[in-house]
Order: sequence, then structure tokens, then C-alpha cells
Amino acid sequence: MTDALPLLVVLPIVLALIPIVIGRVRPDAGWAAGVVGALVHLGLSVSVLTTVLTAGRASYAVGGYVPPFGIELVADGVSATLVVLVSAVTLATVIYARSAGPRSNTFYSELLILTAGISGMIVTADLFNLYVFLEITGLATYALVATGRSPAAALASLKYLLVGTIGASLYLLGVGYLYIVTGSLNMADLATLIPEVGYDSPLILTGFGLIVVGLGVKTALFPLHTWQPDAYAESPGSVAAYIAALVSTAAAYALFRVLYAVFTPAFDAAVPAALDTLVVLASVSVVVGSVLAVLQSDLKRMLAYSSVAQFGLVVAGFAVVNETATLGGLVHLVGHGVMKAGLFVAVGALATVAGGRTVDDFAGMADRAPVVSAAFAVLAFALVGVPPAVGFAGKWQIVLGAVEAGRWVVAGVAVVSTLLTLAYFARVVERLYFRDAPAAADVADRHDAATAPDADAALTADGGPDGTAADPVDAAIPTVSTQARVVVVVAAVAAVVLGLFATDLISVFAPVVEVSFQ
Amino acid sequence: MIDLFATHYSYLIAVALIGIGLYGVTASPNLVKKIIGLNIFQVGIFLFFVTSGFVDGAAPPLLGHGSGPYASPLPHVLILTAIVVGVSLTAVALALVVRIYDAYGTLDADAIEEVRTHD
Repeated sequence: MTDALPLLVVLPIVLALIPIVIGRVRPDAGWAAGVVGALVHLGLSVSVLTTVLTAGRASYAVGGYVPPFGIELVADGVSATLVVLVSAVTLATVIYARSAGPRSNTFYSELLILTAGISGMIVTADLFNLYVFLEITGLATYALVATGRSPAAALASLKYLLVGTIGASLYLLGVGYLYIVTGSLNMADLATLIPEVGYDSPLILTGFGLIVVGLGVKTALFPLHTWQPDAYAESPGSVAAYIAALVSTAAAYALFRVLYAVFTPAFDAAVPAALDTLVVLASVSVVVGSVLAVLQSDLKRMLAYSSVAQFGLVVAGFAVVNETATLGGLVHLVGHGVMKAGLFVAVGALATVAGGRTVDDFAGMADRAPVVSAAFAVLAFALVGVPPAVGFAGKWQIVLGAVEAGRWVVAGVAVVSTLLTLAYFARVVERLYFRDAPAAADVADRHDAATAPDADAALTADGGPDGTAADPVDAAIPTVSTQARVVVVVAAVAAVVLGLFATDLISVFAPVVEVSFQ
Repeated sequence: MIDLFATHYSYLIAVALIGIGLYGVTASPNLVKKIIGLNIFQVGIFLFFVTSGFVDGAAPPLLGHGSGPYASPLPHVLILTAIVVGVSLTAVALALVVRIYDAYGTLDADAIEEVRTHD
């Protein structure tokens, strides 16, 4: 069923209108539209995945114009898996947002538009179309970050908008260079036309540089990451979970497509300096991101800098230009999405109970929120790379590929980053399990103090459905909502299960990567 | 050299606009001026694209307007889309600026930074 491919993009956009149109009459229309959108999207993406698994590859010519003249949508093993990830995270976010907010109808409209944008970025096979989806994704993300009520959220969103737009515009300029030399925008077509012009043509190299820098901004690689920690820290918990799991992931996948579907490994053979630079950039990103994460006391910021490091590792895997490392990068890309979404929801849920989200606020939380704490610990160690979780599978492949290619720097950086990841997660897990909780009255005080200036006022003030405890002291302190508990546990289980079936994941991705290396 | 400038002035203007726009975004502390800079930067890129559709001595790509060669209409169509995106971005950015101004009472990024560090 190839018609499912365009519907992945069209359906969420159409459904996004519903909360706006009938939201005034029925205040809960937004949530209903979100759930329906996420479930139907999941059905469509699973049907695309089954098509891909049986037939190998699905493509769709938009408007009936034959590629390379018209826009082409393509699903292969990697993009179909990523689209399923998008649906799953959307569903989890909608479920979590039921208890954690934001509660406005427009939030669900923005979420559905963002889902459409990200799905589009993943399935499109046209460079200009990718720009349009990049900007749809960007616009929806800026609006979602600003749903945090505080002025700091608006400021973070504007900063993201300025940096993100410059990044997307640089990408557009790069696409312009490639279009001027080759006269085509279709990825597969470009892959045959660029060698005819010559890989070392200055126009091609300029185009490559601009595209990589543009997507690097969106992926948040080290010197270009400045928008990211503010945006993650100031946005509401459900939004942070969604954008941390998917927005940068889609940009990193776009980078993969540009490197392997447009420029192909032959480009690396002709101009080794280009990808060597990218390896250095990504390696610096891994080390600096990890070090900055260790220095943070705010847990959302810590997770944000951790994303800078993990995406550095993913891009380093791509830039090694070797089948094993590329597969590792893709596995880590999917795994990171699952783990980060779970970690952000866990931090949001624990912060609700603890009354703050610094490392010290979480002391002794394992007694008061045992399920979420355990899931947080599982996810944290999964991201560190403890087998059998998916974090191990991805990193192992990257290190293995780097050693095969003789890129000892990448292998070393991956190991160092693992140690640093352990450093910043171990202190949180230690606080959760081995420190005594402060006295209950003390917590209540701190909770009141923290609520007023906090960006998450709406989030912390929300007791959740089971917030009516018998004990009068506990009644003042919100408990973890059932929705948050379910989402975090599912994410933790998924991280382990994906790790156990990592070889199957790799065998789904392998045909896509093999084509480029022939 | 002079000849090149005379025939390719459109590219030079595009480069100048991109430079001026980027300077505006980074150098001005005023948030609205940053957004204006962003717009100038994007217009530079649009001009670059549109120029690429130009063919020497070509007719407009319309039926009944002379015979070939025709100028390429594709870059114009692409940039039409990009202009729409640019307008939406400006709208979102200005909406955010309104919220920031309501909260801090100033549009000066340095002053806002000062208020935030003193809080």
C-alpha cells in the first residue's frame, strides 16, 4: 500500500485543523484529535513498514509527476523504522500530555503539524521538499517551545528561531548550489549527476559545506548547538520529550540521506578532507557535549547537553564512511530517540514529586516514586551503553566500524563519551537510591518556593488523577501520574527489547546502507 | 573583471544582502532589528535562486510570448514556497517578540540578559 506514504504527512496536517475548528465548542477536542492522529499515524507507518519488509522499497510520485521531475516520497528499511518511531513517540507524548499538560487545544494542533513535518523530512526524496518540511518542523517546534508560560520560554523560542532559520537558510543556499550545477533536486538523480560534474568542483564542495552546516545547526552539533539547551530546558515536559526524541533525530537522518543517497561514499573517496572535517566536528561535539553535561545541575539541561554528545556520536558513525559504523549510527539514532523520550518524561514526572529538577532535589526519590526511578535508572544505563540495552548495540557498532576503518579517534572518543555519560548519570542514580530524602515538611516548603518562578508551573501544580493521598502531608505533594509511569516504563522496556533484537534491526537497515557501498 | 561585475551584478547583490542580513542578526541587540536582519538574509538567498533561472536573451516561460529559449520557471516556483515560509517565520518571531516585550518591557537583548541575571 504505497498510498500510505503521502497520508503519513497529509493526515496529521488535516487533523491539526480539528482542535482549532471545534475546540471552542468542545474543550477536549484537542486531546481526542491527538489520540486519533497518533493511532492512525501508527497504523499507517506500520503498514508502510510491512510493505518495506516484504517488497524492499516503496515509492510514491506526488501529484502523478514522474520523478526526477516531480517530488518523490520513498520508504526504505531505515525511514520506515523511523516513521514507526515517530508514531510511537507521538502516541506516548499525547498520553503523557493528558496529565502533564499543556492543556490548550492549539498544543495538539502544533503537535500534529510537527508530526507531519518530521514524517515528511523522513520520507521525502527531494532536497527542496526536505527544506520545506525542515521549516514546517522548525515552525511547529518554535511554537511548542513557547507553550511554556514563562518569558524565558519565549526568549528560548526566539533564540531557537533565529539560529534555526539561519541554519535552514544555509541548507537552502547549499541546495541552490547543487541545483545550479546539476539542474536537479531529486536525491537519486543528484547521485548520478554530481559525479558527471566532478566531486571536486568548487560549486559542489560549497553546496556540500552549506548543507552540512545547515543540518548541523538543526542536529545541534557542538559549535552550532547554542539554541538547544535553552529550548529543551524552558519547554514544558511533554514538549521537551517530543522534540528531544524526534526533531534532531530527523535532522540527523536528513544528514545521513545527504551523505549516502546524494553524495555517496564515492564522494569520500574523491574528497577525503570533507568527511574528515565532519569526523573532527562530530568528535569535538561528543567530548564537549559530555563535559558540559557533567557540569550541569539542572537535569533537563544535563539531558540536553547529553543529546549534543549522542548526536555527535551518531554523526561520527555516519562520517567514518564504513558500513558497520553507519549501521551503528542508525541504530544509535533510533535507540537515542526512545531513551531520550523516556528520560525526559521520567525527569518531568520525578520533578513533579520532588518539587525541583536539580540533581540534589532528586535525593531519596526511589522511595517515593519507585517505578519511575527504576525505569529512569534502566534508561540511564541503557544510554551509557550497558548491554543488552540498545545503547550498547549502537555504540558497539560505531566503535567496531571506526576500528575497521582505522579511525582510532572516533573509537577513543566513543569510549571516553561512555565514561562521561556514566559520570553524569551515576550521580543522579546515586541520589535517587542512596541518599535519604529530606524531611517531608522541608520538601513541601521547597515545592511551594519552586512553583512560583518555575517555568513548569502548570506541570508541578498538576496533581494527576491519583493525587489524593490519605496522609495530610503527602496531600500537598503531587504524585506521579499513571500516564507518566506507563510511558516511562514502556520506554525502558523498549530500550532493552530493541537492544535484544539489535541484530534484526541491523538486518532491516543493512540493505539500505549496502546499496550506497556497492 | 569589470565586465564580470557588470553582467553578474545580481549575484553580487545577493552576496551583499546575505552579508548585511547576517551582520544585522548578530550585531544588533534590538530583537526586532534581528528579525529584520533575518529577512534581509533570506531575501539574499531568494535573489540568488531566482537569478539562477535567468537565461541570456530568453523569453518569459509563458505560452504565446515568443519562441524558445525560455527562462527556467522552476527556481521562481521554489522561491515562492520559500517566501511563504519566510513570512510565517516572521509572524511567529514577531508574536514571540510581543510576549517578550510584555514580560521585560524592553526589546534590547543586552538589557533582557541583565534583568535575567539579576533575578
